[in-house]
Amino acid sequence: MASEYIVEIVLENKPAARDPVGETIKRDLLAKKGYDMVSNVRSGQYLRFYLEAESEQKAQAIVEDLLNKLRIFNPVTQNFKILSLTKN
Amino acid sequence: MSIKIAVIQFPGANCDLDAVHVLNSVINVEVNLIWHNHFKASHYDGVILPGGFTFGDYLRAGIIAAHSPALDEARKMLKDGKPIIGICNGFQILAEAEFLPGALLKNESLKFVCKWIKIKVENNKTAFTTKMNKGDILNIPVAHGEGRFFTDNLKELTENEQIVFRYSNENGDITSESNPNGSMENIAGVCNLEQNCLGLMPHPERASEAILSPYGTTHGKLFFESMVDFIKRRIS
Repeated sequence: MASEYIVEIVLENKPAARDPVGETIKRDLLAKKGYDMVSNVRSGQYLRFYLEAESEQKAQAIVEDLLNKLRIFNPVTQNFKILSLTKN
Repeated sequence: MSIKIAVIQFPGANCDLDAVHVLNSVINVEVNLIWHNHFKASHYDGVILPGGFTFGDYLRAGIIAAHSPALDEARKMLKDGKPIIGICNGFQILAEAEFLPGALLKNESLKFVCKWIKIKVENNKTAFTTKMNKGDILNIPVAHGEGRFFTDNLKELTENEQIVFRYSNENGDITSESNPNGSMENIAGVCNLEQNCLGLMPHPERASEAILSPYGTTHGKLFFESMVDFIKRRIS
């Protein structure tokens, strides 16, 4: 029987693509306020999908499929990572 | 022999009317402004994807428009060898739809940049650059927040002469000061392998009449004259 799942993902620039948002947070905020122990900051884009699926594996497969097929992440510049997958 | 060009209008487009005006009144060819869901490739000899913020630029600039039926139609034109140009947001759409290589990221400054800059012609053999000479410096404005060109395949783009324009200074030097957005290798515009599809961040339709240029130049006109010339040679 299908249940509702929540899949959280983050899109992040590939290491070779500079991330000025992360760089600015580090350079113009953290470093100036004494947090110089922070060596790097990378920003990303967070998405949460609510979906019906028969199992956790199927929920993950659906989300991976739509991410790839609809180019929700740009494969030239970004990677995606599934942060969590929970049954609602 | 009549030539007909389409300017595709997406929700959130801008400079679409400027492009129509230039083709109608400066270049004197027939042009239709056409809503993206109604566009039919077979009716046209060439197509312009104008600038703007299609679908609010949500998720990423150009990605939602890249899934519009207009792009399926435009893909037929691409295969037929008809000329396709994407200006600013149009470039972002063509990159997201994989007509063109690379991607456009947020400007390095994180700020919207709106000013007249200079670009250097690197390839004058594309459907939109035959009226230019290699090495020419063009006056043209940019207006974008996400124009930082990125590719993971720079070597291939260079070898295949797909880099069509670079941001430069007035002497043609490729400097970081002349790069308005942090684009890799100062790349301002690229084409597909077949060279019938061009994408660029600057706006030629805003630079086609002397009255609009702080330099009194009409360099933008060269893009559209080249396009018409390309179409005439193609259908003759």
